[in-house]
Amino acid sequence: MTSQDVRLKKSDLFNMFIRSNLHQGSWNYERMQALGYCFMMVPIIKRLYQGDEKVKAMKRHLEFFNTQPFVTAPILGVTAAMEEERAKGAQIDDTAINGIKVGLMGPLAGVGDPIFWGTLRPLVAALGASVALTGSIAGPLLFFVLFNVVRLAVRWYGIEYGYVKGLNVVKDMAGNKLQKLTEGASILGLFVMGALVCKWTTINIPVVILSITMADGKIITTTIQDIFNQLIPGLVPLILTFICMNLLKKKISAIWLIFGLFAIGIVGFALGILK
Amino acid sequence: MEISVVQIVLIFIVSCISGMGSVLDEFQTHRPLVACTLVGLILGDVTTGIIIGGTLEMIALGWMNIGAAQSPDSALASVVSTILVIAGHQSIGAGIAVAMPLAVAGQMLTVFARTITVFFQHKADQYALAGNLTGIDVCHILALFIQALRVSIPAVLVAIFIGTSVVQTMLGAIPPVITGGLQVAGGFIVVVGYAMVINMMQAKYLMPFFFLGFVLAAFTSFNLIAFGVIGAVIAIIYIQLNPKYNVASAPALAGAQAASAADNDLDDDLDA
Repeated sequence: MTSQDVRLKKSDLFNMFIRSNLHQGSWNYERMQALGYCFMMVPIIKRLYQGDEKVKAMKRHLEFFNTQPFVTAPILGVTAAMEEERAKGAQIDDTAINGIKVGLMGPLAGVGDPIFWGTLRPLVAALGASVALTGSIAGPLLFFVLFNVVRLAVRWYGIEYGYVKGLNVVKDMAGNKLQKLTEGASILGLFVMGALVCKWTTINIPVVILSITMADGKIITTTIQDIFNQLIPGLVPLILTFICMNLLKKKISAIWLIFGLFAIGIVGFALGILK
Repeated sequence: MEISVVQIVLIFIVSCISGMGSVLDEFQTHRPLVACTLVGLILGDVTTGIIIGGTLEMIALGWMNIGAAQSPDSALASVVSTILVIAGHQSIGAGIAVAMPLAVAGQMLTVFARTITVFFQHKADQYALAGNLTGIDVCHILALFIQALRVSIPAVLVAIFIGTSVVQTMLGAIPPVITGGLQVAGGFIVVVGYAMVINMMQAKYLMPFFFLGFVLAAFTSFNLIAFGVIGAVIAIIYIQLNPKYNVASAPALAGAQAASAADNDLDDDLDA
């Protein structure tokens, strides 16, 4: 290995950031995000290697890889830093680089999935949808802008952070910062889910169970829904949610549950139980 | 409604973007809020598009790809159901009903696309041996384009045939009890999505926060932004006060463990 003064430029990292927006484009059942990872590393490999070393680097980054896409950013930063060191002549072999990739992707997916898919997206999507239901363009815009601002920030600062910190990232991971973040996001997510179950569902059971004729001839009726509303509004959706949670845990697919609820809706509507 | 050639070309482009979004999961162009709005815009009824988008978005709230598991596909469901509602003059309830089988079909198509992408993965290995970086780019982008086509081809076919009288008659033949029932079901079908999100957190000991959100929503008229802020404040306070993160004092730690054990018992009772 010849030692030479090869350095990454800021523009290489920026190029990697732009490419990272297409990270999962070639997701496949054999090596999942492997080709995507190599695709993102192209500017780095191009800058650092020639000939045989280039072939080795390309093969290195075509190995199996899969994690939550946004949290790949710090891993990209770290591998870029490691490749740069290696190109300068440091003794970093293939297994070290792939080891760090594989070592980081599991724990980071464990953080990225609940934060981005479990909290951030449902939150901004529900917010956007509740505005959209009034027919306002502000709903879709709110969702699109909020989500992407956070996402792009994570992608860019993640790469920068990983590149600057290098292998020290592993030390950071060992601390409880990430655990705090995950737990906090889960609390926020569950809290808002509770509110959504109660208020952002519509179910009406207009079955009359009590009908009183007042002295002045007015008829006051009480439906099942009235009783629920007096007890706890949203009790029926709450029960339905728990039934769904249990069925999902039993590996029944979400689509079947949706079809089942459709059937309940049609039968209930036909019988006049649901409105 | 007849769809013009220009509109069909625009639908092709938007459904390509939506299909790419579904595999990338970056810009969220495959989510109903975005895809339905864009199709509504093309077909000249953006308000209806936005409302379908909002309705489907709530249903699809828990549809997420985790690990290697594929969720139902919101891209195909959003694009085609919006075409059916606006150009096929259907109710939003009917649109939602059609969207669900489409989501299953889309899911199968993306699984198929992700399987044939293995070919590009192998092609890339050959390019790597030749040191050809452009080859890597080509393989990656071609694979992405397959995902674009798997949504845009069905969408364009629907857009072409929607104006024909046969399709219109078929859509008109759906009895009102079905569309009415679907409209009703649309109101509570969202619980499936909520259940998926809650399950994905896998944090039983945090379920008290779920119930707190539920009860607050039941007896207040706060909007979602208020819930977001309150939830964030509660989360921060919980993290700050949690003895687990202040390991210095051992007695406090023991107390916390006892407390969280008690929480778990409580949850088990509630679940049972």
